[in-house]
Amino acid sequence: MRLAFILSPALLMPFLSSCDKESPIDKYTEKKILIVGNSNEPAGLDPQIVTGVIESNIITSLFEGLCVQHPSDSGGSMPGAAARWDANEDFTEWTFHLQKNGKWSDGMPVTTADFLFAYERILSPDFAAKYSSMLYYIKNGEKFNKGELKDFSEVGVKAIDDHTLKIFLRAPIPFLPHLTKHYTWYPVPKHTVLAHGTMTERNTYWTAPESMVSNGPFKLETWKFNDRIEVIRNPHYWDADTVKLNAIRYLPIGNKYTEARMFFNDQMHVTERLAPEMIGYCRERYPEEFRQEVYLGCDFIRFNMTLEKFKDVRVRKALSLAIDRQLIIDKVTKGGEEPAQGIVSPMGEYKTAGIAKHNAEQASQLIEEAGYSDSNKLKFTLLTTDRDGAKTYAEAFQDMWQKILPVEVSIEQREWKSYQDMMSKLGYEMTTGGWIGDYPDPTTFLDMWKKGDGNNRTGWHSEEYEKLLGKAELATDPAERIRLLRQAETLFLNEHPIVPIYWHTSVYLLHDSVKNWHPLPLRNQPYKFIDLKK
Amino acid sequence: MPTEKNAAKDVIKGQSLWSDAWLRLKKNHMAVISMAVLALIFLLCFILPAIGNFNAPEDPAIRAAEHWFKNPNYQNLNNTFAPPSGHHWLGTDQSGRDLFSRLLYGGQISLLVGLVATTISVIVGVAYGAIAGYSSERTDSLMMRIVDILYGLPFLVLVILFSLLISEHMKELSEFLINDWKWESVFVNKYANLIPLFIAIGALGWLTMARVARAQVMNIKKQDFVEAAVSLGLKKSTILTRHILPNMIGPMIVYTTLTVPSFILTEATLSYLGVGVQSPNSSWGILLQEGSRYMETNARLLIVPSIVFSLTLFALNFLGDGLRDALDPKASKD
Amino acid sequence: MLRIIISRLTQGILVIFCLLAITFVLIRLMPGDPFTGEKSHAAHIIEKNRENFSLDKPIPIQFGVYLTKLTQGDMGDSPTREQKVSTIIKHSFPASLILGICSMIVAICIGIPAGVIAALKKNSLIDYGTMVIAMIGISIPSFVIGPLLASYVAMNVPLLKVAGWGDPFDWILPSITLGAMTGAYIARITRGGMLEVINQDYIRTAKAKGVSQFNLIFKHAIRGGIIPAVAYVGPAFAMLLTGSFVVETIFQIPGMGQHFVTATKDRDYFLLQGVVLLFGTLIVLANLAADIALVLLNPRLREA
Repeated sequence: MRLAFILSPALLMPFLSSCDKESPIDKYTEKKILIVGNSNEPAGLDPQIVTGVIESNIITSLFEGLCVQHPSDSGGSMPGAAARWDANEDFTEWTFHLQKNGKWSDGMPVTTADFLFAYERILSPDFAAKYSSMLYYIKNGEKFNKGELKDFSEVGVKAIDDHTLKIFLRAPIPFLPHLTKHYTWYPVPKHTVLAHGTMTERNTYWTAPESMVSNGPFKLETWKFNDRIEVIRNPHYWDADTVKLNAIRYLPIGNKYTEARMFFNDQMHVTERLAPEMIGYCRERYPEEFRQEVYLGCDFIRFNMTLEKFKDVRVRKALSLAIDRQLIIDKVTKGGEEPAQGIVSPMGEYKTAGIAKHNAEQASQLIEEAGYSDSNKLKFTLLTTDRDGAKTYAEAFQDMWQKILPVEVSIEQREWKSYQDMMSKLGYEMTTGGWIGDYPDPTTFLDMWKKGDGNNRTGWHSEEYEKLLGKAELATDPAERIRLLRQAETLFLNEHPIVPIYWHTSVYLLHDSVKNWHPLPLRNQPYKFIDLKK
Repeated sequence: MPTEKNAAKDVIKGQSLWSDAWLRLKKNHMAVISMAVLALIFLLCFILPAIGNFNAPEDPAIRAAEHWFKNPNYQNLNNTFAPPSGHHWLGTDQSGRDLFSRLLYGGQISLLVGLVATTISVIVGVAYGAIAGYSSERTDSLMMRIVDILYGLPFLVLVILFSLLISEHMKELSEFLINDWKWESVFVNKYANLIPLFIAIGALGWLTMARVARAQVMNIKKQDFVEAAVSLGLKKSTILTRHILPNMIGPMIVYTTLTVPSFILTEATLSYLGVGVQSPNSSWGILLQEGSRYMETNARLLIVPSIVFSLTLFALNFLGDGLRDALDPKASKD
Repeated sequence: MLRIIISRLTQGILVIFCLLAITFVLIRLMPGDPFTGEKSHAAHIIEKNRENFSLDKPIPIQFGVYLTKLTQGDMGDSPTREQKVSTIIKHSFPASLILGICSMIVAICIGIPAGVIAALKKNSLIDYGTMVIAMIGISIPSFVIGPLLASYVAMNVPLLKVAGWGDPFDWILPSITLGAMTGAYIARITRGGMLEVINQDYIRTAKAKGVSQFNLIFKHAIRGGIIPAVAYVGPAFAMLLTGSFVVETIFQIPGMGQHFVTATKDRDYFLLQGVVLLFGTLIVLANLAADIALVLLNPRLREA
């Protein structure tokens, strides 16, 4: 083993560091370096490979899609790589005009070729991007991804010239600008990717700090595994004058208690999330820094609909009615969440049907009608995972059901992947779970319940439901579209394949030196607008 | 010289070795106090809940309101983190459950785990280590390399596979116990799941034990009295059981008392992975783990189980030391 | 001596090979694979991803491919992180090494003197006091000691931080947390070992001959008395280097310990294989070192 190499960092480390009275956070604020808690080491930084929120937080500072999130208006889109855009009347054909002075961080211009390259790469069957389905909205995108179509020129993306991009969609999609803010729609630097391998080659490591090239307000400076990722100001960025920060440092802190302590110790500006146990304490001790905002997501309990014992809708409805959601929120999750009446969390003009409620009397009446009593108890197992707080959460349901209904509930805790595996193979009876929306449209919560969708995991399906969703996709009138989606959700909720519990909030701490940081339900902060001032 | 001592012991017979040890143990104040403490904790954990459950009202809500000994799993989300009072002697936890009764019931499980898992690993480990240490060099190497391999396997992988393996069979076992043997289902849910836990901890805990035992044997077998026994032509097995094992008891007791806490804590980790105590039942390890999350906000939930846990271990440790001294064949009377 | 070392190293290579082979099979028996996740992906995409890492082939062939690459010095690519396994280990090993060495120093500096003193003052208040402190080290788990030190010490001492891994001051609290348990074990074991030795004939003979108390302890007794502790220190060091998961997450240290847990949970087959390889090597070396030290300390073993 090369011991000398391993030892050298330890020996070179200065033994004494300078110590001054100023707290560390003030120093960083002065230098305009934002320190962000980011929960875990990212799976990578290639926007077309990764799938998670952790990666998204970093990638949105490095890359820029056609549109950029408005800093305060969650429904607003601002010019990004595209200076302006327009759509035809039924939202099926879109034209994006790229920034004339858009550049990669190595000075090369950003052109439509990069976008075409990016979209061909992510949709290529050989590249096997996990999140390619985000681009199925493009005409023939799905066919190309599944290998049914070999010629990429038949896919609905066209370059009119170096700076004009035309996108043809499979159906009317009025929320396309929102989609382009998602990292799957970002461009990748054709010249850099190809310098490190072929288009569809994996593990070429073009995202290493020494070779990574990006088109966003920042560029990659340091990437130390499990330690930190630091991005610094990109001088070639088209809108560099707007960018206030000199650098952002992302810390992969998995332990929420450690993260909170680091914030108390003045070591960071923004935490990722507070553990439920810490919420009350922080609300009291750090009222200025405490943030509690709506987050696009829903927590629910799934039924395994293939099991005989859950075939009766009265049983499922009774189990849903027995839950006092407000009590769970107040005493267990504690994040000020909203009791979920449906699956789609409130957004824009969409209002959910409001089926899920708490009614203990009706619950016991229903389960009695279904034939259960104290001498003939319904026995089932609630599957949950080993993550923080999952145990207390599951125990609360167990207790609520057993107090009100003639049921006997056991709890099965499984480690994360086993839990996922049991869910997708329908090897459970009931299970806790949740869903975080990818874009602010009800379909992000409704599409997953289609037959055969990998995220359904309940065994429930309905032709009627899918017909309604299909109609909604083709509807050109927004009001009509929303009416159809709502009808679909109502149908789904009345069948009770899931028990909605609450709509998410994100609860975190934000240092008061951070300016222009506004609540956004997707927590996709556009870092270019954020500033640090004492 | 040791040979003289052994000869002397043979005259007085084995029985007096123990009564001799007992006499010496009784003289050790710390050991006696420790024994009393351990006895008290055992009584509290195993007898008090039985007394408490006797005559307790059937309806859990009435019981929670009136009876002095609460149901440890009865939640009251409107009464979380209640401070200690005449009603809840140690207050309530994050789900409004009575901490006192949870502590006692948790103690049952933790003490059982400590006792059974330790016994398994001591028996397996000492036997394996002693055989390895007293065998030919070739056998010894082979046996110890097997320990090395097992030691190097990632623990978590083994546990996940193990939990997968047992989950199917556990259901069958519980059903069998409930239907055929007419056991109470509450009882089965609580204890049947401990069997795989004992196996898991015992199976992995013996590795270090085997190493320590082997090192002891290697050390002792080079000593004069063993060589004397060899030259007298005694059988290998006789030397091992009559001369080497008794001389190992002291250090092994000390080491055993050291492993008990880690076994009890391992149980908590394992139960989060689906092997071990089933929710909502508790154990000291689980109480400690959950309590550590409330260090800043409700320190009581951490301090109470910590005190009980540490107290038990102190007692165990001092008793172990006393036993070591009392059983040491070489121990002097000065 | 040299013959012993060579034979032990040969055995070591065999041990590591078996370890790799068994781990290779076991991790593939766990439910799920590197590509199972919170969100499901289309079957054709998962298929292709498995192909990229040869996971579609029979296990013996996969193992062959892995070993071939390994002999060329390539530990493979991590299927869940966009990194080479060797890069990940290269980034995390230095922190683990520092943490391991520092906590071993803490453990030895606390454990051996405490054990010796307790043994010399057997059954006195000093003995009980030392042993109570040692038992606190063992019975209070690191997930309690760590946050306690962070919340109450680091928050109030200027140079210390609650978490983070930058300057050498950051090494102090994690080393104490991680070393406390090992130190307590060493104290207990040393005490036992010393008591064994003190009662032995050669010490009594020396005492009768009028050797001074100081010489008696430092020249004669300690040598034999710390043998059990030395036997423990070797494997314990390997454990400190790799079993530091809890301390790493509490103090935000980019070390190796968390790979055992996260790689297992993520089903990152190649990263786990890499850390098992490293751990196996460490065990073999640590045991060898402990055995050599034992031979050096105990003249009777030299004849073998």
